[in-house]
Amino acid sequence: MTREFTDAEDYRRYMGSIRSDVMENTFSKASLFDLSSFTARDIENTLAKERLDTEDLASLLSPAAEAFLERMAIRARQETRKYFGNSVNIFTPLYTSNHCENGCLYCGFSRDNVIHRAKLSSEEIEKEMSKIAESGLTEILILTGESRKMADVDFIGECVKTAAKHFSNIGVEVYPLNVEEYRHLHDCGADYVTVFQETYDPERYAKLHPFGPKRIFSYRFNAQERALMGGMRGVAFGALLGLGDFRRDALACGIHAYLIQRKYPHAEISFSLPRLRPFINGRYSPETVSERDLLQIALAYRIFMPFSGQTISSRESPGFRDNIVGLSATKISAGVSVGIGGHADEKKGDEQFDISDPRDVREIRKALTERGLQPVFNDYVRV
Amino acid sequence: MSDELVIGGRKFNSRFILGSGKFSLEMTKAVMENGGVEIATLAVRRANAGGEENILDYMPKGLTLLPNTSGARNSEEAVRIAMLARELGCGDMIKIEIIRDSRYLLPDNCETIKATRILSGEGFIVMPYMMPDLSAARSMADAGASAIMPLGAPIGSNKGLLTKDFIKIMIDELDLPVIVDAGIGRPSQACEAMEMGCAAVMANTAIATAGNIPMMAKAFKLAIEAGRAAFLSKPGRVLQKGGEASSPLTGFLEDIK
Repeated sequence: MTREFTDAEDYRRYMGSIRSDVMENTFSKASLFDLSSFTARDIENTLAKERLDTEDLASLLSPAAEAFLERMAIRARQETRKYFGNSVNIFTPLYTSNHCENGCLYCGFSRDNVIHRAKLSSEEIEKEMSKIAESGLTEILILTGESRKMADVDFIGECVKTAAKHFSNIGVEVYPLNVEEYRHLHDCGADYVTVFQETYDPERYAKLHPFGPKRIFSYRFNAQERALMGGMRGVAFGALLGLGDFRRDALACGIHAYLIQRKYPHAEISFSLPRLRPFINGRYSPETVSERDLLQIALAYRIFMPFSGQTISSRESPGFRDNIVGLSATKISAGVSVGIGGHADEKKGDEQFDISDPRDVREIRKALTERGLQPVFNDYVRV
Repeated sequence: MSDELVIGGRKFNSRFILGSGKFSLEMTKAVMENGGVEIATLAVRRANAGGEENILDYMPKGLTLLPNTSGARNSEEAVRIAMLARELGCGDMIKIEIIRDSRYLLPDNCETIKATRILSGEGFIVMPYMMPDLSAARSMADAGASAIMPLGAPIGSNKGLLTKDFIKIMIDELDLPVIVDAGIGRPSQACEAMEMGCAAVMANTAIATAGNIPMMAKAFKLAIEAGRAAFLSKPGRVLQKGGEASSPLTGFLEDIK
């Protein structure tokens, strides 16, 4: 067996590094707070403040804040209304490849998991995107599994170029890239980058990622910053809730986003709140994160960074999603297929996880309108 | 008495400029009618020509559109968005919004001056949204602005006229209409802005977040009209600060006769 790419350290060779103190500062700030130490009085004080700092975020993520969920919801709704009115953006993801070199213990795409692997051809991508565009959507999120070999940057760039013919707003959720690679995707037409750190606990992270390039925690951590350096307009953050201590992961993720915004004040910041979901052959048992916990995190982020976007995943049930969009979430996916393709033709490859909300664009639009919310199909001009 | 608002040679009877991006589109007509609105802003980024939920489809006929360059981070981007607005048939008025601060959404005056110069050269009626700074406003006027739109408080904050004294200076010193934009949270604050001499008031969040949106639009209309009438009627001593004793300093002129 060739020595090349058998050890995660081998991947460092192509992983460009940047000068950044964001990771160090995130951990040093997060370590200041013991979430069990906050009291009801602390939460009262936080909710009385107009602008929150990182300690206030920690207080809202603490167990003590659970009793204040209703008050947090009232405040969060006010903030959402102030910044976004009743607008809710609709988008859909397109999975273009499920090949993966990583060994994430919790993911259906994991290299050694026996599933049907596939990558869309350029004709299939065109067909899928045309079909999605027919639904009226103007925003798309392009995803791949993490394999530079099977879905290289040129392939992703071609996907973005095809998307640019059909959509005004293009995001990518792919493996972390170098600055110049992000610049290439930006030149092809992408403006937004999503990277989930999965867990912000480095020890846990090492256990969950036994092999593959994803083992390099810091390279993943600095992806958003490299994306902004490469010209992207906005970056999204998320921890995959359930992999570790969800409160501490949510705290570190919030601080990460906060520090990036301070360093790049023009950047559009958004949060995603994915919870671990079952998948084909899945054996990993996640920590329990209830819907109540999830809501607490979503509200805390809204109150902490009221201007930030917030996306609610189809991992969650229709009932949860329909309610959270009025409170803190500002973006919702519709017509979701998490297999490879599946919009125009039958899916070509298996799913990353099971979804809970299969509603199409028309149904999501109707649900939003019935709740007095304004579905927004277009909210972006590429300049 | 005719009391028209004149911007770039165009005349308007209403001095209430209303935003359109924060409430349901199907409500647009009723809100504009209740507010007696003649100029409505819209974000070019929300236009979706030929597509679903296109904001342009909901704008009542006869309304003057004031597209804004929301999303622009520098003058080049603002210029491109303005050109797109023109292509979309939104007319020649443009509100320049250049923001490169995602937290407070505060405008960048330097870039706004540059964009004002370019767009006025392209024949636009330019209305720059700006931090209330007299020097920057003068530069925008020199660059061809048709009105100046200083913020009263950060966008969406509903805090009212936090920058009141600086806006007052601009009203006194500039020959262009000064239109307070952003931060107005209540009809009483809009009334106050008009009473001190603002040419018009622009609001959005205050109306969009009201329980009864059309009724709040009407409340703003009435408040703006009341403030304007108060300004035109030249407020008397009742509005001066403090009381006045009868000639305590000059009474001696009588005593020494």
